Amino acid sequence: MSTASRLDVIKPPEPSRAWTKQRIVGYFLVSLWGLAALGLIIFLVRAWNPELFSRYAPSYFSGLIITIQLVGLSLLLGALLSLPIAYARDATSKWAAWPSYMYVYFFRGTPLLAQTFLIYYGVGSFKSPLEALGLWWFFRDAWYCALLAFTLNTAAYQAEILRGAVKSVPSGQWEGADSLGLPRLLTFRKIVLPQALIVALRPYGNEIILMIKGSAIVAIITVYDLMGETRRAYSRTFDFQTYLWAAIIYLAIVETLRNLIEWIERRITRHLKR
Amino acid sequence: MPMLSKVSLALSAAAFALSLGSAQAQDKIRIGTEGAYPPFNALTADGQLVGFDIDIARALCEEMKAECEFVTQDWDGIIPALQASRFDAIIASMSITDERKQQVDFTDPYYTNSLVFVAPKDSDLMPDNAGDKAIGVQEGTIAAIFAEENYPNADVKAYPSQLEAWADLQNGRVDSVLADFGVQYDWLETDGKECCEFKGDVVSSDDKIAIAIRKGDTALAEKFNTALAAIRANGKYAEVNAKYFPFDIFGE
Amino acid sequence: MTCPIDGIAIEMDRFLSLLSFSPDGWGDEIASGLLVTVSLALATLPFGLAAGFFIALAKQSSEPSLRLAANIYTTIFRGLPELLTLFLVFYGAQLGVQQLASFLGIETAIEINAFVAGMVALGAVFSSYASEVFLSAFRAIPHGQYEGGWAVGLSSFQTMRLIIFPQLVRLALPGLSNLWLILLKDTALVSVIGLSDIIRQVGIAARVTREAFLFFGIACLLYLALAMLSSVVFGYIERWARRTEDVK
Repeated sequence: MSTASRLDVIKPPEPSRAWTKQRIVGYFLVSLWGLAALGLIIFLVRAWNPELFSRYAPSYFSGLIITIQLVGLSLLLGALLSLPIAYARDATSKWAAWPSYMYVYFFRGTPLLAQTFLIYYGVGSFKSPLEALGLWWFFRDAWYCALLAFTLNTAAYQAEILRGAVKSVPSGQWEGADSLGLPRLLTFRKIVLPQALIVALRPYGNEIILMIKGSAIVAIITVYDLMGETRRAYSRTFDFQTYLWAAIIYLAIVETLRNLIEWIERRITRHLKR
Repeated sequence: MPMLSKVSLALSAAAFALSLGSAQAQDKIRIGTEGAYPPFNALTADGQLVGFDIDIARALCEEMKAECEFVTQDWDGIIPALQASRFDAIIASMSITDERKQQVDFTDPYYTNSLVFVAPKDSDLMPDNAGDKAIGVQEGTIAAIFAEENYPNADVKAYPSQLEAWADLQNGRVDSVLADFGVQYDWLETDGKECCEFKGDVVSSDDKIAIAIRKGDTALAEKFNTALAAIRANGKYAEVNAKYFPFDIFGE
Repeated sequence: MTCPIDGIAIEMDRFLSLLSFSPDGWGDEIASGLLVTVSLALATLPFGLAAGFFIALAKQSSEPSLRLAANIYTTIFRGLPELLTLFLVFYGAQLGVQQLASFLGIETAIEINAFVAGMVALGAVFSSYASEVFLSAFRAIPHGQYEGGWAVGLSSFQTMRLIIFPQLVRLALPGLSNLWLILLKDTALVSVIGLSDIIRQVGIAARVTREAFLFFGIACLLYLALAMLSSVVFGYIERWARRTEDVK
């Protein structure tokens, strides 16, 4: 028999799927979501108000820009700050390891909201000493205060991500490079870091998403980010759709990012696939 | 999802049952206020509500022979909370505006208000140059809307409550605070005495302050209006007025 | 001129009187805030765990529609900022219930208070993250465990309860303890919808006394103390869950 004729054999039809309990529940729940989506669309269409849109769409956009700037910059600065912290965390000297342990414990153990208030209202209440130090211009501005709070916060989380990722690289990699006589910094940069980054990609991605979501609290300290603009619009119009639009924008950003990170992960791990 | 929807259903059913229970004992009037707007409504260290609004509300309740209960609620959620029946009336120095009228009904006004700037004593700020600098206001108040409409170039910073705006005026984060005359007056008499003073005349006047109630709750509005007229007539209003301000706050 | 030690002593006295439990002090208010924070987190936990467990079951079901429904749920609640979820539940659910009631012709005041709104919102967020933890724990249990259960004549439910669940708890515990700490911190957000938790109480104290640094510092320390207490408790639970492994 030739291979072609073997392929021609007609497969038996798929057994028709029975209406199991699971399937009924599943269809029910999916249709509930469908109804909710339909309800949302009907609500938004009925509440559609061109005047409202032309008045608040630009401010939503500028709020979105503020959110992106704040999160982007604090993630970047936090990444820089996380390097010495992660390094000191595993230092043999107690004087380096303890402070960085305390730092990480403090910023991971307390709410970002409390940290932001502590910096904005707490540190901000020491005006004259800050003026004497020439730092008042910084603490005067709510945006800078938020940037500082977010940077310090994300540095603690990023330090832990970095540390975990570097530790996940087997020590044989270090030893191998050592035996070739490579300097330690070069080993770290060329051998350990690329492997660590693969491990760290997903946690870093999650951290970006967490910061975007967490940044919504700056609205409370007079920064007009996306959430701040939403609250302002709501306090003027008392129209609930202001919050729904914000929800749609946030969801779209987070979903886009999540898919982007998954795509990058698939790409950089291509060589690991068998 | 399945569990949660059941849970939230059960919870709303529980809340439903609870409020049915309270609906039967409905002689009680629940009054929503902010508790962060001295001298009109503020919280003391032991959690007591005090202030002009509170005293007027008590006088009104006494006049109506109704039992009243106060509920504190942040300003930005105070109208939604009224609509959601968390309380029956807002007595929190709320100005009558067209936007608010679309959402709630108002009683007759119980005092008249005007907006005024306050700034540090050594500042040369005046209402006509206030727009070049940072103005502190409370979010969702007529001061916030006024500042944005009349000073388009100003850096308007909106705070969740009035107290935070003043705190940042003293901290030097904003150059002036725009707010109701009554609250600014009281603050300059107390905490702000050393640092600050009025700058220029009032910038807008004749805002009518009234009690907000749910749309269509005319029976309650009538009760409040009758009681208000009564305490105006019997001197109770003047007594409360004198307790807080040496001038007449009611306006014509 | 006073000696600096005296100055420090006077400052300390002032701080202590600010934090005292007397009517002028803020100690009692902060303590009541602590109680609200802890009870909100504790009240959210069982609902969040149960919902997370069922969502994980749905996610690993062979039925595509169930998986889809569960995935939509987690996409929404992991994608929205927690603060926004809270507002949506607090204002939105209220409006929704109100409209439903008037549609059905029920004339009554229906209220969802800040505590319940906080519980629902935080529970939704917690359960969507917990479902991921449970899911990866499910995947770590070999299929032979189910088959073994069925082979000795246990029903699906019994297999789940007696064989899978005990292993699942052990595998999921580290992830869940992490989520508990996140939940504890997320409760801080309810201060924004007016619930008198730690943050709200210290915020009032800071505004009235103008000692913002002291009071927000105290708040941070309280959260740290709660986190430490939680890790002690989780240490016990973990040891208890592993007790069978230690006996060898």
